[in-house]
Amino acid sequence: MPKVTIDNIEIEVPEGTTILQAARMIGGDVVPPAMCYYSNLKTSGGYCRTCIVKVSQASAKDPRPMPKPVASCRTFVQDGMVVQNTTSPELLEARKGVVEFLLINHPLDCPICDQAGECDLQNLAYEHGAAKTRYDFERRTFEKIDIGNKIKLHMTRCILCYRCVKVADQLTDGRVHGVMNRGDVSEISTYIQNAVENDFSGNMIDVCPVGALTDNTFRFKSRVWFTNPLDAHRACTKCTGKVVLWTKGNEVLRVSARKDKYAEVEEWICNDCRFEHKNMEDWNVEGARKTAHDSVISQNHYENIDLQKLKLEINRQIKHQGGKKIKEVYTQAQIENKK
Amino acid sequence: MGRKLLIEHVHVPGIETLEVYRSKGGYTSVEKAIKTMSPEAVVEEVKKSGLRGRGGAGFPTGLKWSFLAKPPGVARYLVCNADESEPGTFKDRYLMEKIPHALIEGMITSSYALGAHTSYIYIRGEYFYVARILEQAIDEAYAAGWLGKNILGSGYDLDLYVHIGAGAYICGEETALLESLEGKRGNPRIKPPFPAIAGLYGCPTVVNNVETIAAVVPIVNEGGCEYAKIGIGKSTGTKLISAGGHLNKPGVYEIEMSISVEEFIYSDEYCGGISGGKKLKACVPGGSSVPILPADLLLTTANGEKRMMTYESLSDGGFATGSMMGSGGFIAYNETACIVRNTWNFSRFYHHESCGQCSPCREGTGWMEKILHRLENGHGKMEDIDLLWDIQRKIEGNTICPLGDAAAWPVAAAIRHFREEFEYHVKYPEKIKDPNHFHKQSFLSSKQSVTI
Ligand SMILES: Cc1cc2nc3c(=O)[nH]c(=O)nc-3n(C[C@H](O)[C@H](O)[C@H](O)COP(=O)(O)O)c2cc1C
Ligand code: SF4
Ligand code: FES
Repeated sequence: MPKVTIDNIEIEVPEGTTILQAARMIGGDVVPPAMCYYSNLKTSGGYCRTCIVKVSQASAKDPRPMPKPVASCRTFVQDGMVVQNTTSPELLEARKGVVEFLLINHPLDCPICDQAGECDLQNLAYEHGAAKTRYDFERRTFEKIDIGNKIKLHMTRCILCYRCVKVADQLTDGRVHGVMNRGDVSEISTYIQNAVENDFSGNMIDVCPVGALTDNTFRFKSRVWFTNPLDAHRACTKCTGKVVLWTKGNEVLRVSARKDKYAEVEEWICNDCRFEHKNMEDWNVEGARKTAHDSVISQNHYENIDLQKLKLEINRQIKHQGGKKIKEVYTQAQIENKK
Repeated sequence: MGRKLLIEHVHVPGIETLEVYRSKGGYTSVEKAIKTMSPEAVVEEVKKSGLRGRGGAGFPTGLKWSFLAKPPGVARYLVCNADESEPGTFKDRYLMEKIPHALIEGMITSSYALGAHTSYIYIRGEYFYVARILEQAIDEAYAAGWLGKNILGSGYDLDLYVHIGAGAYICGEETALLESLEGKRGNPRIKPPFPAIAGLYGCPTVVNNVETIAAVVPIVNEGGCEYAKIGIGKSTGTKLISAGGHLNKPGVYEIEMSISVEEFIYSDEYCGGISGGKKLKACVPGGSSVPILPADLLLTTANGEKRMMTYESLSDGGFATGSMMGSGGFIAYNETACIVRNTWNFSRFYHHESCGQCSPCREGTGWMEKILHRLENGHGKMEDIDLLWDIQRKIEGNTICPLGDAAAWPVAAAIRHFREEFEYHVKYPEKIKDPNHFHKQSFLSSKQSVTI
């Protein structure tokens, strides 16, 4: 099994693992952000370029560095490969560039966008972006399109990750491709409308990293952080029926698939569960949904901190990443104290 | 007079017909290869010739051919890249239009060498009339038995098709070309796998430029070693250069890769000097994607050597003081040219042609164009110049395909060598109001060239 070193941490991974997957196996700060890759969608990834990393040694056999940054989501690990993510200042600078490119034509209409609070682009911009924009031209806009009566496509917010196109391609039948036009006027094709008849088209909403595809049955009902997410299930003949209910009191505002810590859907759900079962009585509630700590959704929910775990994490960060993140919060003396 | 291997007979009346082409020694390479050589031997000759890809990157053709995977029972394809869309480059069109059989002959000999039984010529949509010429020539070749089943009684079969693109520069990128040929949207593929392993319909494929394939004909006829005697160092053979811009005699020239840039521009055999009785200001030697050079750096390298029309000499000094052979689109500018305007024009092209898959190119090309437009029209700010520099730097190397690099390099080189001219546009907006602002009085730089 090939061994790869990412930000000074070595790990052995199965043949055919991508750098991104290897980084996720290590976890923590070494994981590059991914806006277009999606583990459950074949041929996804490679487009957005946020996951780029520097390969300072291609393999044990060929120890030369790769000439350009590579997309970690589409590059396979080789034995003896050495990868730099957070340990390479040039790479972080290049990634900052990518984030800036993703944002220059984005409308930044978060205050009126349903995705706010669970938006990958918000999180990305927060972690990797610059505070100010250098772009002072008019931003591009598109008309909103209804994809059937349940899904709204707001192309102006789209970052062309191609995920929804792949959902339509891979989960629904009878489609070939879904992007029209070229360059910065490319748009997700309205031919995608044909996919709406299919039972699984609603998953497009969940894979969309931004607010370009939203649930018409939920639009403008509530900010997500004012809702109470619950894990729930029902007996369904089409899918596993395992969902998250976004509730307020006894009202079910939205039903979505369950996502993992990388914001990827764990199991696709059918449109029946998603759009047609908006009553508490339809569901067996399992309990509160745990949300990732960086999401504002968790702001209203307090959780117990495991001090032992926290200490281990801090030590790991100090050891492997020079405590970059921690130093932003604590002074050196405080860190010494904690040790 | 330099030797001409590709377009020697271009002025012979009727050379576009098989009969006349044949009377000038046409199709002997097919006879020689199929009757007397094994496919491997043909590849060997191409290796010996030192031929390098004429599509832009200059990758050794023999080596590329030897990388072609040959799993048993799987089809192999040869695809000719006739998408020629780089601003400044029009050599392939000239060759195909005037001597279509030169390309057809090259395709047959090369397909034989690679063991391909179906080959394609992918031609840009705007060359519709050229496609007609090629189809006519292919029909003639079928009728005469040079194509089809059992060519020359050898048992070797080959079908050749012309496929017309829909007008996209990006479809010249080899994997976008293959996607388009398969009937899909022309988006470049994410590599690896490379076409030599999984190309057209997932099968091993070689993609070569028109001129590269045509050059296989003289290589097989005369032998690789003989071909390699022409030129200097690793720049062997002859090269078609499409010369345009402020030249007395613009056009397509076949040069031996051993003449100097100076000779190419000023001698009467080639471009005959700079037009309008003006001086040379700058030059883009290899098509819009390669760095622009000021006159002094074009004619002599940074260490004072005469710059030659070879791959190595044109790129001598790297991007700091050199450029590239690229696709041979030689564009000369005299003193009336405005570098900012020219850079904006190129940027507009790349913005228009970006496929839009990857974010740095999709968003960055448009941003650069807008800033350049503002600068050229007198609304720019000093910070815009540094901003442009930063944007191009963040595009370069971070994209799926080299179109992003191709968009970044001209901007970088223009700022690197002509920064003063950009500053002038910011400082004196009233002086550049007239779109022909440097026609009456040319821009005087304090130095010949500025280097960052
Ligand atoms: C954006 C882009 C456009 C290209 N356009 C062309 C073209 O029009 N013609 C061409 O021969 N090669 C073009 N190329 C280069 C091809 O990708 C490929 O390298 C070439 O066809 C290989 O042939 P060669 O080895 O004979 O040069 C282009 C490359 C890029 C990145
Ligand atoms: S660099 Fe430009 S043309 Fe190439 S894949 Fe990316 S967006 Fe498309
Ligand atoms: S996640 Fe790898 S390129 Fe988008």
